Amino acid sequence: MEDQEQHSNNPETVIRIRDLYKSFGDKHVLQGINLDLHKGENVVVLGRSGTGKSVLIKIIIGLLKPDAGTVNVLGEEVDQLKDAALRALRLKVGFSFQSSALYDSMTVGENLAFPLKRNNRQMSKDQIRKTVDIVLEAIGLPDSINQLPSELSGGQKKRIGIGRTLILRPEIMLYDEPTAGLDPITCMELNKLINAVKERFNTSSIIITHDLTCAKEVGDRVAVMDEGRFIKEGSFEEVFREKDGLIKSFYDYNFTQ
Amino acid sequence: MNSTNDNQDKPVITAAIDGFFLVFYRIAVFIARFFREAFRPPVEWSEFIRQCYQVGYKSLALVTVTGFITGVVFTEQSRPTLSEFGVTAWLPSLVAIAVVRALAPLIAALICAGKVGSSIGAELGSMKVTEQIDAMEVSAINPFRYLIVTRVTAMTICLPILMFYNALIGCMGSYFDVHAHEQTSLVSFFDNALAQITFLDYTTALTKSIVYGFTIGIVSCYQGWNASQGTMGVGKAANVSVIVSMFLIFIEEVIIVHIFNSIR
Repeated sequence: MEDQEQHSNNPETVIRIRDLYKSFGDKHVLQGINLDLHKGENVVVLGRSGTGKSVLIKIIIGLLKPDAGTVNVLGEEVDQLKDAALRALRLKVGFSFQSSALYDSMTVGENLAFPLKRNNRQMSKDQIRKTVDIVLEAIGLPDSINQLPSELSGGQKKRIGIGRTLILRPEIMLYDEPTAGLDPITCMELNKLINAVKERFNTSSIIITHDLTCAKEVGDRVAVMDEGRFIKEGSFEEVFREKDGLIKSFYDYNFTQ
Repeated sequence: MNSTNDNQDKPVITAAIDGFFLVFYRIAVFIARFFREAFRPPVEWSEFIRQCYQVGYKSLALVTVTGFITGVVFTEQSRPTLSEFGVTAWLPSLVAIAVVRALAPLIAALICAGKVGSSIGAELGSMKVTEQIDAMEVSAINPFRYLIVTRVTAMTICLPILMFYNALIGCMGSYFDVHAHEQTSLVSFFDNALAQITFLDYTTALTKSIVYGFTIGIVSCYQGWNASQGTMGVGKAANVSVIVSMFLIFIEEVIIVHIFNSIR
C-alpha cells in the first residue's frame, strides 16, 4: 500500500490503475486489478486466453467502461472524460489491435494518413506524405505505401497497425497480442520493432501477450494475470524464478516443448 | 392452457415486449445522436461526396431501366380501359400523376433499400466485427460522424434526386409507348402530362423521398453499427437492413398519403 502511494505521487507514472473490476453478465472478467506504468517502461501483461487482458487495455483506452475502480492515464481519469477530452487523450495513447484492424478499402498509405488528416486538418498533403514515409521507414515497410491490406502478410499487417498508431506520435503504446498467430521469425522481428519504437519514439507501453519469448524480449516488467487478478509481478527473471502452477505451465509450454 | 404453461409463457412475452421497446429506445438514441453530430463541425465533405457517388451515380442505371419499364408497362396496362371510354388522350396525365404521386418515390426507394441499404449494412457490419470502427475511435476520430452522418445525409439528399429522375424516365417510357400508338409529339405529351400535376403533388413526392431516404440511411447504418457475431452478423445486418427499410417505407407511404390527402 505504501509502495502504491509512492507510485501514485510519482510524476513519472503515466498509467495508474486501482481496484479495477469489470463483469459481463455473470462472468467476472477483472477482479481488483492494480497496475502502474512508468514513463519509458514496457510492462508485459501475461496470461491465458480469456483472463481479461484485452478487456484491461480496452478500459485503459476508454473503449469499455469499468464497473468499479479508477484508471488514470497521463493525469486524467479515463471513465470521467467527456467525448472531446477522451479524443484529446487518445491522441497521446496508441492502440495496436490483435487483428490489426486496418481499413480494408484503403491502401497502406491511406491507412496511415487517415488519422493524421482527421486530427491535423491544417497539414498539407506534402507534410502528410513525408510523415507517412517516415513511419513506413521506421516500421521497415517503406515500399508498401500503395498496397492494400489484403495484399499483406500477417506480420506486415501488424507492422502497419503499429505504424498507424505511431503516426500520431503517442506517448503511450498499448499492444494487444502483437505476436499472436505469427511464425517465430516474424515474432522476433516484431519484438525488435516494439523495442525500436520505445527507443525511437520514447514511448511507454503495455504489451498484452501469452507469448513468453515476447515477454522476455520486450518487457521491463512482467505481470501475470489469472482469472481477472495479477498473481505475480516483477522482472521476467523474478517472475519465472519459482515455477509453480500456472507459471510452470506457461514456462514449460514456451521453452521446454 | 394450464397454469404451468402460463407461468412459462409469461416471462417470454415480457422479454419480447421489453426487447421491442429496448430496440425502439436504441434507435431513438441513434437518431438523436445523428442530429447532434450532423450539425457539429467539421463536415466530412470528401466522405459525403463519396457516399453521394455510391448512392446516386451507382444507382442511376437501375433507376433508369426500372423507371422506363414502369412507364411503358403502366401505359400499356391503362390503355385498354381508357380506350373503352374513348379517353386515351388522358394517358399522359394519368401516367404522370401515377408516376409522380406514387410510383417514382416508391420505386426509387425500394431500389435504394435493396441496392444501397444492404451494402451500407454489410460494409458497416464488416467494419464493426473486424474492429475497424474501434480503430477509428482509438485514433481520436469520431466514427459516427465519419461513417453514419455522411451516409444518412447522402441517402436523404440523393433519393429525392433519384426519384425525380425516375419520374422523368417513367414519363419518357410512357411517351415512347404513346408515340408508337397515338403518334403524339413530345411537346404535346408533356404539356398534357404536366398540366394535371399540382405543386402539392411535387411536395408529396419530395416529402416521401426525403423520409424514405432518411429511413433507409438510419435503418441500414443502425444495423451495421450494431452488428455482432462475426460474418454471420454481417449477413444479418445486410438482410435486416433491406427487410426493415422496405417494411417501414410501406408504412410511411400510407401515413404520408393520408396526411397529404387531408390537405388536398
